[in-house]
Amino acid sequence: MGVTMDQILLTPEAGEGRAEKSPTKPAAAVAAKLRVIDLNFYYGKAQALHSVSLDIAANRITALIGPSGCGKSTFLRSLNRMYETVRHARAEGQILLDNENTLDMDVSQLRRRVGMVFQKSNPFPKSIFDNVAYGLRVNGWKSKGTLQDAVESSLIRAALWDEVKDKLHKSAYALSGGQQQRLCIARALAVDPEVLLLDEPCSALDPIATAKIEELLFDLAKQCTIVIVTHNMQQAARVADFTGFFLTGKLIEFNDTAIIFEKPAKRETEDYITGRFG
Amino acid sequence: MNYRSVWRKSVNAVMFSLTGICALAVVSVLVFILGYLVWNGGRAINWDFFTKLPTPVGETGGGMANAIVGSAKLLLLAALVGVPVGFIGGVYLAEFGGKTFSFLVRYTTDLLNGVPSIVMGIFAYTMIVLPLQHFSTLAGGLALGVMMIPIAVRSTEEFLRAVPQSLREGALALGASRWKAVATVVIPAAFRGILTGIMLALARVAGETAPLLFTSFNNRFWSHGWDQPTASLPVMIFTYAIAPYDDWHRQAWAAGLVLLGLVLLANITARVVLGRKLSSAAG
Repeated sequence: MGVTMDQILLTPEAGEGRAEKSPTKPAAAVAAKLRVIDLNFYYGKAQALHSVSLDIAANRITALIGPSGCGKSTFLRSLNRMYETVRHARAEGQILLDNENTLDMDVSQLRRRVGMVFQKSNPFPKSIFDNVAYGLRVNGWKSKGTLQDAVESSLIRAALWDEVKDKLHKSAYALSGGQQQRLCIARALAVDPEVLLLDEPCSALDPIATAKIEELLFDLAKQCTIVIVTHNMQQAARVADFTGFFLTGKLIEFNDTAIIFEKPAKRETEDYITGRFG
Repeated sequence: MNYRSVWRKSVNAVMFSLTGICALAVVSVLVFILGYLVWNGGRAINWDFFTKLPTPVGETGGGMANAIVGSAKLLLLAALVGVPVGFIGGVYLAEFGGKTFSFLVRYTTDLLNGVPSIVMGIFAYTMIVLPLQHFSTLAGGLALGVMMIPIAVRSTEEFLRAVPQSLREGALALGASRWKAVATVVIPAAFRGILTGIMLALARVAGETAPLLFTSFNNRFWSHGWDQPTASLPVMIFTYAIAPYDDWHRQAWAAGLVLLGLVLLANITARVVLGRKLSSAAG
């Protein structure tokens, strides 16, 4: 299984100036792909996020943890404006993707650049090929040859190619749960996103399928920026370079994963990580 | 103690038999109607029935070819009116509707569903028959089509609502517009169900008589064009059944059997399709 705690501790960012930094601003060494500045989020009158500010490092894996209802999924969904499917939901503040405010961007354009994988795998009732090609076709790709190549390379990147290459035109529902989730990852990768958001992608999977996806994340981080919401703290510790802890709509603490898990600055973080509440 | 248990057991036995008897009654009514129809209609049906025109009064033999074709034409028109409006209306309600307007549309649709069919006939009569000054296939088709709309709307809406939200989100997350997501993912996922609903709507209006009486009227010959009156199976059944001739009664039975056959065929097709949808969703 990819990376151990020791390796995380050995990453160069982990050692740098942790004491002086405010709890929400670690890792100045790595360029930020996404900058969230003073984000307030409302479902109607209920405020779900309170003034969240956070930099998401390019080509790194950032994990968001916290108890149910703490706002971590809402935060994730604000990054590709997926919350817009909910009536009366609105975000205030700034979310900068390469210094461009995503809240003013064309939403289709934004979602092409910021892909998403959901908690429960959601393959379309189409063939495996058509699932992966969907995003490309929506974006106007027509030529069969290039589609074929793009589908193949996406499935290879999602570590699914060898398992499905002989049944590309079979229904996606014929795949196992773990394969379906990797198919959804391949589908998201096909449009070549700069950022990939994952919302508890392994919560419905067994440990073997989970391990496969975690391994995959390390490879993917070489090419894109990854933000993962997880309920599983071991998973955050295993895969993430940085970890943010949410509680009741506030970002309590954000830092290198090793620091969050070994020397959290805040009492609430420590209580949650050690299982004293949650 | 013992008394109570005897009492409970007997109440249980009575209720159990009561439900059984009622269930049996339902089935036996259906079996009786079907049996009676097949028995009477089956004896009268022959090849001529499907190929020949009705004979003049007093002559035996002949068939209802014109009524079978007429019914087919009426149903085609009904589908042309009812399916697009019903389907697209259902898509709107399920996918794009706001709160107040959707409520209004849904409520109106339910009301429309409850409008007596003869009133639909009056509607088509006023809209088409009066201005054209004669009965027409068009008017009958419109009456049936309007009757299809509420059923098609509600079944389309229900099947679209049954599509998991996660599929919509999956498509939107890839940069699809809402319309694109609905057209390329949601509707295909619900397609078989929607088709079933529309076929049931068609089956339902296939047997309607009242709205046809003063719209498409009747015709003892081939109908020459969509603006001319036409024979149809339900109206033929009505006309032949109340006539004083035994031969006509037999033909009315045959027409009833053919109509039932058509409706059953649509029903069975719909159910086979629905069954396949359910099994593919489970897989």
